[in-house]
Amino acid sequence: MRKKYFLNANIIDPHNSIEETGGLIINEVGKIEAVGKKVNNNNIPSREKYIDLKGKCIIPGLVDMRVFVGEPGFEYKENFRTLSEAALSGGVTSVVTMPNTNPIIDNVSIVDFLKRRGRDKAKINIFPTASLTKNLEGTNMTEFGLLQAKGIVGFTDGYKTIQNTRLMSRIMRSAYDLNCLVMQHVEDEELSKDGMVNDGIISTKLGLQGISELAEKIIIERDLTLLEDFNCRYHISQVSSEKSIDVIKQRKDSVNFTCGVSINNLSLNENDIGDFRTFLKLSPPLRTEEDRQSLIKGVNNDLIDVIVSDHKPEDEEQKRLTFAQASTGASGVETLLPLALELYHNESIKLNKIIKALTCNPAKILKIDKGNLSIGNDADFCIVDVNKPWIVKKENLVSKSKNTSIEGRKLQGKVLNTYVNGEELYKM
Amino acid sequence: MAKQNKAIKISKKHLLGIQDLSISDVNHILSEAKQFIALNKSKNKKIDILRGKTQINLFFEPSTRTQSSFELAGKRLGADVMSMNLSNSAIKKGETLIDTAMTLNAMHPDIIVVRHQDSGASNLLSQKVNCAVLNAGDGRREHPTQALLDALTIIDRKQKIQGLKIAICGDIVHSRVARSNIYLLNMLGAEVNIVAPSNLMPKDSQKLGVNSFSDMKKGLKDCDIVMMLRLQNERMTSSFLSSNREYYEYYGLTPDKLKYAKDDALIMHPGPMNRGIEIDTKLADDINKSVIKEQVELGVAVRMACLKIFCE
Repeated sequence: MRKKYFLNANIIDPHNSIEETGGLIINEVGKIEAVGKKVNNNNIPSREKYIDLKGKCIIPGLVDMRVFVGEPGFEYKENFRTLSEAALSGGVTSVVTMPNTNPIIDNVSIVDFLKRRGRDKAKINIFPTASLTKNLEGTNMTEFGLLQAKGIVGFTDGYKTIQNTRLMSRIMRSAYDLNCLVMQHVEDEELSKDGMVNDGIISTKLGLQGISELAEKIIIERDLTLLEDFNCRYHISQVSSEKSIDVIKQRKDSVNFTCGVSINNLSLNENDIGDFRTFLKLSPPLRTEEDRQSLIKGVNNDLIDVIVSDHKPEDEEQKRLTFAQASTGASGVETLLPLALELYHNESIKLNKIIKALTCNPAKILKIDKGNLSIGNDADFCIVDVNKPWIVKKENLVSKSKNTSIEGRKLQGKVLNTYVNGEELYKM
Repeated sequence: MAKQNKAIKISKKHLLGIQDLSISDVNHILSEAKQFIALNKSKNKKIDILRGKTQINLFFEPSTRTQSSFELAGKRLGADVMSMNLSNSAIKKGETLIDTAMTLNAMHPDIIVVRHQDSGASNLLSQKVNCAVLNAGDGRREHPTQALLDALTIIDRKQKIQGLKIAICGDIVHSRVARSNIYLLNMLGAEVNIVAPSNLMPKDSQKLGVNSFSDMKKGLKDCDIVMMLRLQNERMTSSFLSSNREYYEYYGLTPDKLKYAKDDALIMHPGPMNRGIEIDTKLADDINKSVIKEQVELGVAVRMACLKIFCE
């Protein structure tokens, strides 16, 4: 591989506190050799070609902490290859995959298979999680230690919650002993049973069963209470309501934990569901505008650490049904960054904070050396035109499943090129 | 209500819910319906304004009165009516609502009347077919012709709706009848009280522009109309109430509780009734107070009006 030189870019790397105009040099083996304002025309060899990125940004490749991939079992929705293409087109170079596959990722041998498939078919970095309980049944723990030794970065039951409090306390103790990360989807499943949308005037008007925000709050309060006694690495996968933010605020000083939010909950509210738009049937559900505003505040006040796409590819047949019958979730890995940039353009969140929540914050929680432009590290990064306007159109999406929650949305900001290990794998 | 100009056109292609209608749409439908009341009482009940038109009744949920009412309405107007009971056919074979709709659409109907157990089903159907769609009840969301016939019944007896105080009582959370009536009665200027135990009250109901009560006596105070709803046990997946006996004691309409309403208050019920659970059986049959049979009678007229207007 030849060395690569990029000059005059606006470089944003929150991990290394870099936000300046400068350059980036990638060495022959795809590692970062130099970065920042000291990289300029004066210190690159005259015979070398360089790429002038005036007006463009270089940011670390995104780390998307919540991605459902259809492999194994649901390859018709998304496989590692299509996921890679979609992720790359959105500047995402590392994804954390959920264990809700068929078979479920709950034992060592399936992890071996997964790692092999990931290595052979994926162009991006795949960081798999395993389930907290065998067969996602919520009764028996999986082998945290052995699974972690095989390369599992965290444990979660995906879109399911550990309901049994005694089991949860034991999971936390084991996770503490083995230094494992527990990622909980927070929802009291009895309280939210049959629910489809936020419980409120919209659910009343549409005649759809609501999901109370209390279902989320109760599990957060329970888990944080347990965590006071069994302090393992604990991450709330996604929050959706103001009530949850209030709890997090109260407990942040006394307990150690981290928290994520879906870009959907940051950018949309329950009114967007309109006339039964099944593509906006999500978990957690879209809530009120006040809830959305409180989530934005949560990111600004560091109560929320991570923004995820909650990428959940579903084929169209599963969405062309009545709201009650339609499947839950939206495809979103490729629109994560552009939609997050909307929050920068409308002055909700500072650019640096957005990038942080998409790169080094998730990496830190996962304890992986990604999401930064540190010298000597793998050159995973993307070049972004933060001002480029475009319109989301289903037919232009790269993902195998087109169930986007933001069809027709006018966005500003697009990824121009994405590099993994110094190699350009996506070009607009 | 002033006599409507014949030239008035309905503003919507489909009748999916009261929420979509304007007040002039509603007045248009009601004044058309009035003209059919007399026809339905006459010896020769059949006219031919819908001759050559095809009406398909698509019922995914069991129904007696609504389905027969729509069927009769179509036949009296001269349409070819086909009723399909799908609660036990295509759906069991795995066909989706959209596929069923496409199949029927290929047969070129002029109007489809649909009932479905899921909220929003009629909206989905209307997006996929070329003809008009009449919602005959979708999940918990709307049942517009029921609200229209209730309004017609009230107007028939009280000569107005504006300024009346109307209580809707019972299983509000599961009721599409309640929702459609709330929208319509509000639109026509009534003051609406809804009365239900908290477990059967929808979230944020006061935002619908009604007064909510969990005490029936307070909710019925000085009402002109008491509209009772059926307890929908088939939609209750977990414990909402302790027992029917207790429900009757606190929320069943009895002569005792009715005293809180005005002396000339009328009793309504969309049917089918659970006698002795939500309503005292004698009250239900009291011809001086109960207009339940009249509701059924006017239902045919309202449905004739809707078929005529939306077929055009």
